[in-house]
Amino acid sequence: MLTNDLHVGSPRSRIDGPAKVTGQATYAAEFTAPNLAYGYVVGSSVAKGVIAGIDVAAAEAVVGVIKIYTHQNRPRTAWFSSSYQDQVGPPGKPFRPLYDDAILYSGQPIVLVVAQTFEIARHAASLVRIQYDLHPHETDLEAARHDSYEPPSKRFGMAPPAARGDAVQAFSDSTLRVSQEYSIAAEYHNPMEPHATTVVWHGDDTITVHDKTQGVLNSQAYVASVFGLSKKAVRVISPFVGGGFGSGLRPQYQLFLAVMASLELKQSVRVELTREQMFSHIHRAQTVNVLSLGAEKNGRLNSVQHHAVSATSRFEDHQEVVVSWSGLLYKVENASFQQDLAKLDIYTPGDMRAPGAPLGMFALESAMDELATAADIDPLDLRLENYVDTDQNTGKILTSKELRACYRKGAERFGWSKRNPVPGSMREGRELIGWGMASGIWEAYMFKTSARVTLGPDGKLEIACATSDIGTGTYTILAQIGADAFGLSMDDVTVRLGDSSLPAAPVQGGSWTAASAGSAVMAACNTLQEKLLSAASRMPDSPMAKAKLDDILCASGRMALKSEPSKSIALADIVSASADRSISAEETVKPSLLKYLQYSSFAHSAVFAEVRIDEELGVIRVTRIVSAVAAGRILNPKTARSQIIGGVVWGVGMALHEEAMTDHNLGRIMNRSLAEYHVPVNADIHDIDVIFVDETDTKASPIGVKGLGEIGIVGTAAAIANAVHHATGKRIRSLPITIDKLLG
Amino acid sequence: MTPTPHSGTSVTFSLNGESRTMEVRPWTILLDLLRQDVGLTGTKKGCDHGQCGACTILIDGQRIYSCLQLAIMQDGKDIVTIEGLASNGELHALQQAFIDHDAFQCGYCTPGQICSGVALIAEGHAGSRQEIREFMSGNLCRCGAYPNIVDAIADVAARFPGAHHGAKP
Repeated sequence: MLTNDLHVGSPRSRIDGPAKVTGQATYAAEFTAPNLAYGYVVGSSVAKGVIAGIDVAAAEAVVGVIKIYTHQNRPRTAWFSSSYQDQVGPPGKPFRPLYDDAILYSGQPIVLVVAQTFEIARHAASLVRIQYDLHPHETDLEAARHDSYEPPSKRFGMAPPAARGDAVQAFSDSTLRVSQEYSIAAEYHNPMEPHATTVVWHGDDTITVHDKTQGVLNSQAYVASVFGLSKKAVRVISPFVGGGFGSGLRPQYQLFLAVMASLELKQSVRVELTREQMFSHIHRAQTVNVLSLGAEKNGRLNSVQHHAVSATSRFEDHQEVVVSWSGLLYKVENASFQQDLAKLDIYTPGDMRAPGAPLGMFALESAMDELATAADIDPLDLRLENYVDTDQNTGKILTSKELRACYRKGAERFGWSKRNPVPGSMREGRELIGWGMASGIWEAYMFKTSARVTLGPDGKLEIACATSDIGTGTYTILAQIGADAFGLSMDDVTVRLGDSSLPAAPVQGGSWTAASAGSAVMAACNTLQEKLLSAASRMPDSPMAKAKLDDILCASGRMALKSEPSKSIALADIVSASADRSISAEETVKPSLLKYLQYSSFAHSAVFAEVRIDEELGVIRVTRIVSAVAAGRILNPKTARSQIIGGVVWGVGMALHEEAMTDHNLGRIMNRSLAEYHVPVNADIHDIDVIFVDETDTKASPIGVKGLGEIGIVGTAAAIANAVHHATGKRIRSLPITIDKLLG
Repeated sequence: MTPTPHSGTSVTFSLNGESRTMEVRPWTILLDLLRQDVGLTGTKKGCDHGQCGACTILIDGQRIYSCLQLAIMQDGKDIVTIEGLASNGELHALQQAFIDHDAFQCGYCTPGQICSGVALIAEGHAGSRQEIREFMSGNLCRCGAYPNIVDAIADVAARFPGAHHGAKP
């Protein structure tokens, strides 16, 4: 009997699970090669100035040192900074490692020691002595924000929306007004796997690069452009990535250094950053929001004004979508937006999980909570009072929006109706209990992506796409889609990802991979079905001789007539009967411009948080989170839930723990380790309840998916901050909410 | 200490059930020995400073950060890494539970989490979710799989109640 239990929509364990739990999954620094050399980076200890001298004599004298690279002897690379531009970089001049004697930020790589062993490289690096001519630096956003500016060149898609109405007048006419400053500390991604690149030198002017990246094609194009190589000479293979969160979107400096050394030495080279060096590149920009809400007595909004200033480097204008959300989430006729930058002597900030959204949404959702207090309205009722069904920023139609159901189901699960609105009114023993909520939103993207599917003579399917799986579950959801298309079991599908020789995909970020790569695999499967039918129809005495695609179904590894399921052919037999050893199809999907002009698409969430706070010590525990998510079709509830849990954990970190602390006298981050830069540990995380609200969306992407990587974090920090206020009556407007702020 | 050529010191230990004698230099860290010299890269380097737990392995049944161990200290020790947990092609119960409960995403902290969890159960400290959370807090997971990690460990601890007396789950 033909059965076809659908994998899509059902919980499925990760197909890369066995490799990951046995230590067989191989990450960038774990690929090896004969005669592999090891590079160790020395970073600048000052924030700004000029390198006056580098003494490498003692380091060079260490037996086993192969070469020490500085700006004085680095091999020639591309002349123009534009050659260093990557697929997702912001406007500006990208950082060029070892380019000249200028120090642009503390921690900047200025020496690479290459040696026969890791230990020799590390030891020799400790012997390098550097003199600097110091220049005055500025690393304090508070000081620099007064010189903030609107970036003259906008990063693609990052310009704030146009103002509407008269927000200033409407604000002053409003009965209720909230106008406050909300700030968020600089955060560092700190994926568990430090950035690393292993370059395998093949001896024929070609290299294979194993890079910690969220986009093998981005790394490949960067290497080709910077080093003047043809793309054919550079293959990037990164099947597993030990966490990305945005840190692997742009090429990081270890990629440059490893390739540079390998090409010059004509030898395989690995450069692996230390945990301390993970604080010397990309991070989430420190941001200050000034947000003003004006409303009627009943809480209905009249005016939103959102002005954000984010830190950026001297050399690039990094921009994220910080303020737009404030004109989008609630019904408001008068709105104005400003998104500015302030230059500091730091490395360029970059995208980090839901770039921009939790920064701006912490401000909006804190201010909404303050407005609810001012209006004496339940915070949830205030959101419902201002609910909106269109994209007011653009006037476009929303493809779907089940946020109302998120509010309802989340509130029910959490028990929100039992909340006593008076701050400090709920307690148990010496602990104050606080309940807070917030909304979340993230744009649903889809980008041009190709995929190839191949059915072998054994009737097994191979899916190939250059996209990454940074832990998102991409391997698994693509296998589910492919398995369903041909009625196969999950075991009959293999998925190859993270290889620049495979069909093209954009970097993995922005929650767009499931929609993009998933749709590409679906399209390729459709074409492969046609090809299989065509091959089947030519087989002798074929029951499919006259069948159209609509007439057949694939189940249990066989193709059958819908009208007469007993007449079927094994897929393996169709392939075996064909001239080739396999039948393959490749397709490319891209977003529809027509649809884009007419529709906007967003994932939404409602987040409910419970905190318990020791009244005397100020210790905060987040004891319960309910995150109700509407994100279109859920391909795999098991991995999807994990995505949301992960985002929530990041929200807890943002709310309570994460903060890069800079000594502005030195212009240097002081807590450059996992002991001092705190991320949530197991004991910090209690109950996290994830609800997926039914949401049918036929337009967001061909497979109805909106994406899940970002939405889990977006509203979480604000919900926790609001819960802290409810517990204590204290409104902390700067994240993280540390004990000193709470008791101060 | 200058790492000039050094003939090394002979150290004999059991690694995943096999006796090995290696010439190790005095400055070589056990984690680097495993990853580079032996080629067992399942044990991960996340911080090299005993702050993240990605390098957790079992030495004489105890969970140990291998980045804080010198290789030269291992003479006579019984070392088990993630590669040695499965037997005869069958996953250890906790490895399977990690898959079943989706207790990982990127997978980089996973070997350390699993080794830590195996020892935790043997220590008898997997009695409640709160206890597991507390005793697993030396293993960071940046993907935030903590609730699922607790589920996986609680599941195995409940199914193999004798495990902490030395019975192998």
